[in-house]
Amino acid sequence: MRYRLPLAVFLILIIFLAIGLTLDPREVPSPFIGKPAPEFALPELADSTKTLNPRELKGRVFLLNVWASWCVSCRQEHPVLLDLAKRNIVPLYGLNYKDERTSAQRWLEQFGDPYVASGFDADGRVGINWGVYGVPETFVVDREGVIRYKQTGPLTPEILENKLLPLIRQLQGSPT
Amino acid sequence: MMAELGHLALIMALLVALLQAVFPLLGASQGVPVWMAVGRAAGKAQFLLLAISFTCLVASFVNHDFSVRYVAEHSNSALPLYYRISATWGAHEGSMLLWALIMGLWTFAVTWFSRGLSEEFLARVLGVMGLISVGILLFILLTSNPFERLMPSPVDGNDLNPLLQDFGMTIHPPMLYMGYVGLSVAFSFAIAALLGGSLDSAWARWSRPWTLVAWSFLTFGIVMGSWWAYYELGWGGWWFWDPVENASFMPWLVATALIHSLAATEKRGAFKAWTVLLAIFAFSLSLLGTFLVRSGVLTSVHAFASDPKRGLFILMLLAIVVGGSLLLYALRAPTIRDTARYTLLSKENLLLLNNVLLVTAAASILLGTLYPLVLDALKLGKISVGSPYFASVFGPLMTPVFLLAGIAPMFAWREADLGRLFWRIRWIALGSLTLGVATTALFWNLKDIKTLAGLSTAFWLAGSAAFSLWNRVRLRGSAWAGLRSQSLSVYGMTLAHLGIAVFLTGVVLSGGYSEEKVVRLTPGESVALADYAIVLKGVTEVQGPNYVAREGDFRVLRKGRETAELKPQKRIYQVQRNTMTEAAIDPGLTRDLYVALGEPLDQGAWTVRAYYKPFIRWIWLGGLLMMAGGACAAADRRYRIASVARETVISGDLAERGA
Repeated sequence: MRYRLPLAVFLILIIFLAIGLTLDPREVPSPFIGKPAPEFALPELADSTKTLNPRELKGRVFLLNVWASWCVSCRQEHPVLLDLAKRNIVPLYGLNYKDERTSAQRWLEQFGDPYVASGFDADGRVGINWGVYGVPETFVVDREGVIRYKQTGPLTPEILENKLLPLIRQLQGSPT
Repeated sequence: MMAELGHLALIMALLVALLQAVFPLLGASQGVPVWMAVGRAAGKAQFLLLAISFTCLVASFVNHDFSVRYVAEHSNSALPLYYRISATWGAHEGSMLLWALIMGLWTFAVTWFSRGLSEEFLARVLGVMGLISVGILLFILLTSNPFERLMPSPVDGNDLNPLLQDFGMTIHPPMLYMGYVGLSVAFSFAIAALLGGSLDSAWARWSRPWTLVAWSFLTFGIVMGSWWAYYELGWGGWWFWDPVENASFMPWLVATALIHSLAATEKRGAFKAWTVLLAIFAFSLSLLGTFLVRSGVLTSVHAFASDPKRGLFILMLLAIVVGGSLLLYALRAPTIRDTARYTLLSKENLLLLNNVLLVTAAASILLGTLYPLVLDALKLGKISVGSPYFASVFGPLMTPVFLLAGIAPMFAWREADLGRLFWRIRWIALGSLTLGVATTALFWNLKDIKTLAGLSTAFWLAGSAAFSLWNRVRLRGSAWAGLRSQSLSVYGMTLAHLGIAVFLTGVVLSGGYSEEKVVRLTPGESVALADYAIVLKGVTEVQGPNYVAREGDFRVLRKGRETAELKPQKRIYQVQRNTMTEAAIDPGLTRDLYVALGEPLDQGAWTVRAYYKPFIRWIWLGGLLMMAGGACAAADRRYRIASVARETVISGDLAERGA
């Protein structure tokens, strides 16, 4: 029996890999879509005396990007965010998730800071409330403070142009 | 013409590989010597055809043949000759062709160095290698043909990714593939032994040099990759637990376990079934790594252009090769009998423990790498597993491996006298702890338990490696006679274990005492780092062959005296409009100074990143020592006189020496 164990484990592995092929690791449904964005009040990354609170953003469509300096895919997505920030279409806020303040600040200095402000979520409590599975994630929140879309994994220029921006324009166009 | 010739040679290589697979395997099972003899000739012919095919692709790059799609996508008329050649393996199609070429090279090497093998065994080995070649060549021809034409052809090419225009990237993939593919030899030996039912210590002795050479290449490839990531990616780190890095590290861990368990199998006839399984695992993990990298099932910074058709193909290949060999193992392994007798406290059991720990480490990396995929497949959500997981799992698993590596070489086979052993090593143990405490207190901070433990372990490894060598040497009359009488395997082991000590020192000190500063500098200003001052003199414009760059002129001052000039660049590659940061490094045995230009600010000021990295070079130096150890052990004389007739004499002799 014990000689067959490796084969059995391998067969299970192959099944998972086969299912994995049919899935896109970047596409994730979220139970939070259509629900009000969870409240939080976090110290800002750059200045811990200020707080970031989504309630104060009500009335505007905004993006919340979950990131961390330890997250490799965040580096990949970063140029897209910098580009988006330059275009001044929609305010982009950051949620700095399970990170250290100094390394997060250094990361932004090194790669550029696209965020209006980043909340500093050291213990990941807020991330849990927002249903963060993995970093990076990007949430679109409408004027009523309702989450309308969530992107898991790095944003690409295609996803930004084809999914996020049309949705944002539509949300910005609709009357409050 | 060149591309068509290359394509034709590739198709012919596939046909020859088919011959190499079918006839020797059938011949070995039916006992037909003529059929078995096909293997040797076909293996050589296959290598020749692959070399022609590969040369054709290189020629297409050198001659700027942009009508070949692969060349157009990854080269440019302004790309220097050197990078045009290395661009051949800069992306998916070409790197798979390199994989196949290296498979051919290993096959050729097996036909060349196989005089000691029986015809039947050699036929099976070459047959299995032929089967693997068939799979890879089919994959290239059906899904990833590098010779595809592009009509109408573009005037100029899209250029090579600037990250890959670098010396490190030129040699990292070939070395890594030499390692990955080299493990197929140990795999084929294991399968051949299972097929023929001849799992004896002769089989282990034949496998050892091949495994050692492949392991050395793999070590070198990983070291090169880590070094490249350090200076080229500009992240200042040396390992990121990225899925692609993990894909190379898992086979390395299992291959490390394999070279140790092969020793026990060869010398004591122990763990035969386990050793075979490890040989299967090591190569399977290489293939799995290929699948993970090329299929796009995981997100990674190294993402190759992924294509579901390719993913499915490699998955099927993986299922056939690994599933088939594990099935064979399930059928044949129950008949394997270990002849060795040993007690609880023996070198055999310590080697087994080392194996269990290394394989557990590999399994936990596999778990961390595949966990996101498994959860996703079960619809349990999506997560990403990052370095916190790996770092916390890895430390506890590796600490006992390091401690064992010190003591295990001094254990006797069969049965060890624990009391006497501990008495003998008491000074080494005490000394390494004292030295660890002393150096930590003297140069760093005594409250830093991590450094204390790390350095003590490093001293322990180095001290015990030297002590165990001395124990062997002093049995002879003089030191010179003692040193000369040691086999190269002993020196190899000593070097490799010293390598771990050096590596560990680098990891601990660069991890604990690096300094990083990001500052705004105008020309004339300086930044202080450790006991250095780095002054920015100015920033000038520089023209490269296919880029323009702004180059900073930095001077490193130590106690007011200039010790080095650093010229980091910020390049803009003209074709892809990519910005690349070329850091400048002042290397040193005890520290690196690392300067990179950030963004230009107003009034001629720049953001500048500067790192002080103590002992970081020791990480790669340790890796190189391990590689040298592997190569040294592989060159041991007794592998060259390996013939079946002498087998009993040799193994008896070795058991006595307890090497």
